Amino acid sequence: MIQTPATPGTAAVEGGAERSAPPPVLEAIGLSKRFGTRAALREVSLATHRGELVAIVGPNGAGKTTLLSILAGEARADAGTVSRPAAEIGWVPQQPALYGRLTVAENLRLFARLERCDDVAGAVDRMLAQSGLAERASDRVETLSGGNRQRVNVAIGLLSDPEVLLLDEPSTALDPRQRERLWEFLRGLVDAGTAIVYSTHQVQEAERHAHRVLVLADGEAVYSGSPRDLEETVGASGLGFEAAFVEFLRRRGH
Amino acid sequence: MRWLLLKDLQILRRSPLLVALLVVYPIVVAVLIGLALSRGPEKPRVAILNQVPEGGEVISLGGEEVDTSRYSQQLYDAVDPVRVGSREEARELVRDGDVLGALIVPSDITSKLQSGLEPATVEVLYNAEDPVKAQLVRDTIKSQVQDANAALGRKFTGVALGELDLLVSGGNFSLLGRDFAVLGLGPAERILAQARASLPPSSPVRGQIQQVVDFARFARENLDLSDEVLGSVAEPIRVDARVVDGAGATALSSFAVALAVTVSLMFVTLLLAAGTLALEREENAFRRLVRGLVSRTALLGEKIGLAALCSLVVALVMLAGLALFVGLEWSRAPLWVAAAAAGALGFAAMGAAIGALAREVRAASLLAFMISLPVAFVALVPSGTVSGAVYDATRVVSALFPFDPALTALGAALDGSGGMLLPLAHLLVLTLAFGAAARLGLRRFG
Ligand SMILES: Nc1ncnc2c1ncn2[C@@H]1O[C@H](COP(=O)(O)OP(=O)(O)OP(=O)(O)O)[C@@H](O)[C@H]1O
Ligand SMILES: [Mg+2]
Repeated sequence: MIQTPATPGTAAVEGGAERSAPPPVLEAIGLSKRFGTRAALREVSLATHRGELVAIVGPNGAGKTTLLSILAGEARADAGTVSRPAAEIGWVPQQPALYGRLTVAENLRLFARLERCDDVAGAVDRMLAQSGLAERASDRVETLSGGNRQRVNVAIGLLSDPEVLLLDEPSTALDPRQRERLWEFLRGLVDAGTAIVYSTHQVQEAERHAHRVLVLADGEAVYSGSPRDLEETVGASGLGFEAAFVEFLRRRGH
Repeated sequence: MRWLLLKDLQILRRSPLLVALLVVYPIVVAVLIGLALSRGPEKPRVAILNQVPEGGEVISLGGEEVDTSRYSQQLYDAVDPVRVGSREEARELVRDGDVLGALIVPSDITSKLQSGLEPATVEVLYNAEDPVKAQLVRDTIKSQVQDANAALGRKFTGVALGELDLLVSGGNFSLLGRDFAVLGLGPAERILAQARASLPPSSPVRGQIQQVVDFARFARENLDLSDEVLGSVAEPIRVDARVVDGAGATALSSFAVALAVTVSLMFVTLLLAAGTLALEREENAFRRLVRGLVSRTALLGEKIGLAALCSLVVALVMLAGLALFVGLEWSRAPLWVAAAAAGALGFAAMGAAIGALAREVRAASLLAFMISLPVAFVALVPSGTVSGAVYDATRVVSALFPFDPALTALGAALDGSGGMLLPLAHLLVLTLAFGAAARLGLRRFG
């Protein structure tokens, strides 16, 4: 439906290319993380600006969750810096973080209070409407289907209306209609100036919605730029973005 | 933090099994212990045939009136007595199993006691169908008869000693309302010595009188010793009880109450603290929370406070319940609260450390059980049952966990035995130590 808008700011991700105003709302430089002998992340840098949507794509185990959870303050990097305190960043983790014994509304209300929302009831109602779970508001989360749980999980991350929002595979487990509803909501936030960084395995989703994609492979940032540029880099503009992406990784040995 | 606390209470309310366990368990323990403390084993039903005529229970020993019904009353109190009118009736009741035994007190018992020449005899009939109950009847009657024997024995000895004294020193003796003067060995010896002195030195009778004087002295001196011998015969083993340590030690019933409450406090608090903390991780909520919503220390404080609060309520309800069975001094209630609260905090901090270590609700619960049982056992090892070194080791181990100081504090709070300050300070130190350990565990918790 909506075509990818022009990339705001610069597309520079690695190496701190010179940029004119405005400054990024979130900037990470040289993030590295090891788990034992395995390097989950190698010197990855990322900067994002107001109203920008950045997609992180890459194979399983590439380091997407590791990168996002470091930005979100859940994990600590072995090296590198993040410009923004984690408390100011909205976060939707890959695994639902909810209280099963509480109802949907109670979960939302609890986190709205912990986030110190000004209008707790209003925020809860907004998120119930957004997630399409208004009629299941008083059901316990443990009785919801996996996809509906993910809706609540996403909704909680969206409660606080932050300047920077991170989402780890938010659309996984959602049905197409709810996925569409989520994207509508996220686009609304982006239009209002929120910077969003999300990971996904839905490559078309990256192509359709992201201003910029960051491709991770084996913990390394192997590409950063607009989806269209990736197709051109591969020289396969006729194939579509997904085929270009697979070809790109294949050429690099992944 | 307030919202987290409310959230946890809400989750608890929706975990009916856990709440049932937390509420029912202490109540069951309290009721069991209360019943055990307030009622001994059932008194055996015993048929009693008392053939001693009315008023014939009083015997006279050495001029002293002794009411033997005092001793029979003690026996009747120890059993559930069924009065019967005849030997046949008693026999029938025993045979039919209506009573476990029958006790027949013959009419001549008092006269035999009075004369002291022939042992008085009581007759006991058993129904041995149930060996355990028969044993109970035998033991009950035997121990009562032994008590009566000991008491009467002391009286008899007293009488005999009085008579011996009369023999040695002389004096007046009354029998059947008539007074007799008894010379006594001492005065006899003196009279003989005077008589001998008045005889001429050449008199052959002098030597014979000397022999009688020597005998009288020998008899007197030895009989003088005999009161000690007789005294020890009447009571071959005397129990000289004195408390060496723990002046005003906790009374048994308060100890049992303190133990019941401490054990419940331990389980409830450990399970709650460890479980609710581990639940935060199991639900993945921990990471979300500590990303700026609450600090790890505040989260820990919330769990410790929640567990301590809930278990304090449970402990106080339990104490109130036990107070129905055992006489507890309500005026000391503020001390109970202080002891239970300090114990609850100690256990809660320990539970939080377990929860931080185990990270999963099931593992945390299992670990809490596995750690608390041996801790309680070790704390309850009495001195003298193991070698000195092992006992010292059990003391050291006990000092590392809140069970022992909580038990001491609660015991002291219940009946004022010993000071409370030391165990309370001990609990405070353990709370801080386990709290620090839990906080350390939370660093790698998410
Ligand atoms: N807690 C951990 N302990 C050890 N290794 C870990 C841990 N978390 C992640 N890793 C490793 O780090 C690497 C990156 O993992 P990460 O979860 O970031 O991948 P991902 O790109 O999110 O994968 P997916 O698409 O499957 O979600 C993987 O090799 C993974 O095995
Ligand atoms: Mg992932």
